[in-house]
Amino acid sequence: MNTNSNTYTIIYSTILVVVVAGVLALVSSLLKPRQQDNIALEKMQTILRAANLGADANEQADKTAYIKDLYQQHITNSYILNYKGEVIDGEAFNVDLKAQANIIKKIDAAKDEASAEALKASLKLPVFVCTTDNQTLNIFPCYGAGLWGAIWGYISVEDDFATIHGAIFDHESETPGLGAEIAHEKFYGKFAGKRLEKDGAFKSIAIVKGGGQADNVNGVDAISGATITCKALETTIDSWFKEYLPYFNIKKEAVDAGNSPCGDGCCTDSTCTDGTCAGHDADSLNIESTNK
Amino acid sequence: MNKDIYRKPLFKANPITVLVLGVCSSLAVTVQLKGAIVMALSVTLVTGFSSMIISMLRNTIPNRIRIIVQLVIVAMFVILIDQFLKAYAYDVSKQLSVYIGLIITNCIIMGRIEAFALGNKPVPSLVDGLANGFGYGMVLVLLAFIRELFGSGTLFGYQIIPQSWYVANGGFYENNGLMILPPMALILVGCIIWIQRSAQKDLQEQ
Repeated sequence: MNTNSNTYTIIYSTILVVVVAGVLALVSSLLKPRQQDNIALEKMQTILRAANLGADANEQADKTAYIKDLYQQHITNSYILNYKGEVIDGEAFNVDLKAQANIIKKIDAAKDEASAEALKASLKLPVFVCTTDNQTLNIFPCYGAGLWGAIWGYISVEDDFATIHGAIFDHESETPGLGAEIAHEKFYGKFAGKRLEKDGAFKSIAIVKGGGQADNVNGVDAISGATITCKALETTIDSWFKEYLPYFNIKKEAVDAGNSPCGDGCCTDSTCTDGTCAGHDADSLNIESTNK
Repeated sequence: MNKDIYRKPLFKANPITVLVLGVCSSLAVTVQLKGAIVMALSVTLVTGFSSMIISMLRNTIPNRIRIIVQLVIVAMFVILIDQFLKAYAYDVSKQLSVYIGLIITNCIIMGRIEAFALGNKPVPSLVDGLANGFGYGMVLVLLAFIRELFGSGTLFGYQIIPQSWYVANGGFYENNGLMILPPMALILVGCIIWIQRSAQKDLQEQ
């Protein structure tokens, strides 16, 4: 047979491609459920890690069951917010963060108010509510561009809507040893205890050189040699929290109105200013009570 | 079967150190042993089976679209491996990210198909492909062993260098950050080639 004729070549390539495509389609559809389970599981683990839970998941014999169980137990609620901070319909877990990040980017670049408003209306902001033994945490995602690829993360905020309880970040392809360090606990561990508030107004976390001093509650130390990744992360966090700001304000108002930390009896009325305690920690509390 | 088919690719004609094929991926995926081993296994399977299939088809393939036919077969195996890793070894698949997909560009595979599988029977082609993948894998594992041990102080993710040695804990030791970066892998490949050439005099050019 003449294997070099045009007809033969065309028929041969057609059959080959159809057979290969069939094999791939079959395998892909067989493995799809498992792959999606893996992706969902990883997301669950990341959300839990933002609330400082499930750090020991990798040591468990049955990691899948452990994470699912922990998620069921602690993530008690989740909802999608619109740009006004109101709850809208939908499953927060399935929100495509990348698509939201693109909308946020367009909003920031919008030339006039009207087009920004139109874009804002399509925004879907997921929130995960995590209940642990002694507190309720709200977990907020963020997603943006790093140096080489995407960076993303989750930040858990305590019920005063100002104190960060924990954070976790990950990246697609940052430089190993430099920008990739944002995915290590040594870096994201520093976010715990920092505050998203300065003089009563919202302030995002600054990631700067020398930002990690104990008295600076609004900043963490940047990674040396990874300035661009750190700057990108700072911008990402800032731009996402700006969209959550209406929700923060609604929640803070509710806190001020009644269930404020002051009302919890954590401090006396005299030390209570603007809904938060002047010296909001155990030591000052003890001094207060002994003085009385 | 000629014993050279599976003995040569391991040392005498090692794909990385002698043929200098597949160097790019050996720099990219050797930061950690686990990733390197999965990569080595994946490449071994892809070279082996694509060589075998091409060898089975070798008398029917139209010569003018030879390379495209080879690419389609190789790509099929690469995608299959990628899909299986995503389903059954998600952590590793995430760590290797694009490099699994890039196996298709690994010169060893096309090199062996062109040089061997097109002119030999299926079984020797399979053995040749597997042996070449294994020869590639050996270098990968060696590189990853050195890089993970000195770059991160771990092997397979387990801490090997005692924590108390580190400067942070009052010791004298610090991980070598350069080991984690690709340039150091290239230097290490160079060292391996140097050692092999010193031992195997017939590799040296006049």
